[in-house]
Amino acid sequence: MAITQIADAVDLTAEHLKIPFYTESVPAGFPSPAQDYIDKTLSLNELCIKHPNATYFVRVDGDSMDGVGIYKGDVLVVDRSLTAQHGDVVIASVSGEMTVKTLQLRPRVRLVPQNRRYSPIELKEGSELQVFGVVVSVVRVLK
Amino acid sequence: MAQVIALVDCNNFYVSCERLFRPDLQGVPMVVLSNNDGCAVARSAEVKDLGVKMGVPRFQIEELIEQHGICTFSSNYTLYGDISARVMNTLESIAPRVFVYSIDEAFMDLSGLQKNYSLLEFGRFTKSKVEKEVGIPVCVGISTTKTLAKLANQGAKKYHSTGGVVDLTEVKRQRKLMAMTEVGDVWGVGRRISQRLESMGVKSALDLADADPKWIRKHFSVVLERTVSELNGVSCIPFDDTPPVKKQIVVSRSFGERITELAAMRKAIAGFITRAAEKLRKEGQVAQHLQVFLRTSPFAKSQPQYANSTSERLVEPTDDTRLLLAASMRLIERIWLSGYQFAKAGVMLSDFYDPKLQQQTLFCAEGDSRSEALMTTLDQINYKTGRVQFARRIDRNPWDMKREMLSPRYTTSWLELPRVK
Repeated sequence: MAITQIADAVDLTAEHLKIPFYTESVPAGFPSPAQDYIDKTLSLNELCIKHPNATYFVRVDGDSMDGVGIYKGDVLVVDRSLTAQHGDVVIASVSGEMTVKTLQLRPRVRLVPQNRRYSPIELKEGSELQVFGVVVSVVRVLK
Repeated sequence: MAQVIALVDCNNFYVSCERLFRPDLQGVPMVVLSNNDGCAVARSAEVKDLGVKMGVPRFQIEELIEQHGICTFSSNYTLYGDISARVMNTLESIAPRVFVYSIDEAFMDLSGLQKNYSLLEFGRFTKSKVEKEVGIPVCVGISTTKTLAKLANQGAKKYHSTGGVVDLTEVKRQRKLMAMTEVGDVWGVGRRISQRLESMGVKSALDLADADPKWIRKHFSVVLERTVSELNGVSCIPFDDTPPVKKQIVVSRSFGERITELAAMRKAIAGFITRAAEKLRKEGQVAQHLQVFLRTSPFAKSQPQYANSTSERLVEPTDDTRLLLAASMRLIERIWLSGYQFAKAGVMLSDFYDPKLQQQTLFCAEGDSRSEALMTTLDQINYKTGRVQFARRIDRNPWDMKREMLSPRYTTSWLELPRVK
């Protein structure tokens, strides 16, 4: 019965997916006492999105970041309110295209792919790196 | 200084939205066209420099488009609405009172702030926050009345040396800027009125400010007399009540008592949409895009925070309260979440059409030589069955064909997210 309840609560079509969080393990086949123990409702938005007004989603369309587990088809959660730090995965614009790479600030500013088949993108002398935002989460839907 | 008001206005808003996920369009001349008649509703700076005026139809600038490689876009109100909500929510997070005036403009009440902060610094902070976090460039004008704040904003846009922020609270600076501003550029002075004013020797904004209010009332109207007062720093337009702009209608309100029940929220939204539909009919327009938004108070830090907005492109443009009401109820249920204390909500209508123009467009699009006969027939059908039926008849739809240059719904559809390599 408890299992049925969980299934009911998860409406996969809902934009804002709510998952009840149980503080007790629920024995199957037993009339559910869990209802009384619901602590709070967890939301994936809460986990992934700290600054909703500054957060955009983009979809990965290449394999240059395979090495850090960012694959083609993944949805990246991008926060524009953060200031990009050395080592952050960022969305930057390079020759008019949006690209996801690791940002290096030291010893010099460059965008580093995480796949040996690609070379780092060096910044031309005097040019300014356009960072769209910092990637804070990777969402991959498996099924 | 009793009142301080800032006007935050997005620069070439639709163009900026189109550029947000298209870095390749930086510096490219761009025009956004209205969906109904293909007139320019937004122009990038490059296109303004070419002398393309607001509202010109596409066919008149066909040569310029060719010659300068101007990129043209159809209006993507779904995208603009979502980005607009982000801009407004960001403003709400830094100022206690915000009045959303249109899709790309909002007034902020900054009264009292000047005791502890530099208004100019606060304006710069606002500008950089919106630009960094949402990604949309804005200008900020600050003064003591709405009309002067608008003037300050125009100055911030026009004069690049201001860095896009103007503090116009000082009377001396107000007069200096007014002397450089044509009377027709004053907020609320239309073209007909400005022509008459100019013929009577009132040429600059300063001339208008210095005109005798009684004379103005006698020869023009109480409304223009109010503008004169506003130019002189006497506030006449209430903070949360401003005449609508023609391109959108926004009706929103902060709730005296927080709303926690869906039923109460539905009631509030129903009130807003009814009012918005009234305003729409008064303008003689029909609208095709409807947005609904709500938020908790960003200042109640101890309470859970939630803000969201959603929009719908209606099957056909309408001014029918019943249709708009039904759509707004669908939308509010889509974004409603229980367990929050909502402090504000509202609706916005956009993508306006002139119902008379639609009729013409229909026949142009079909290129039917028997258009006159057709029109008569259609008018008869219309006469018998009423307006809603009529709108439905033409939804096989001249304006949908014109939306071929529509950009993706980058922020509201999983299938249309921006792609990164």
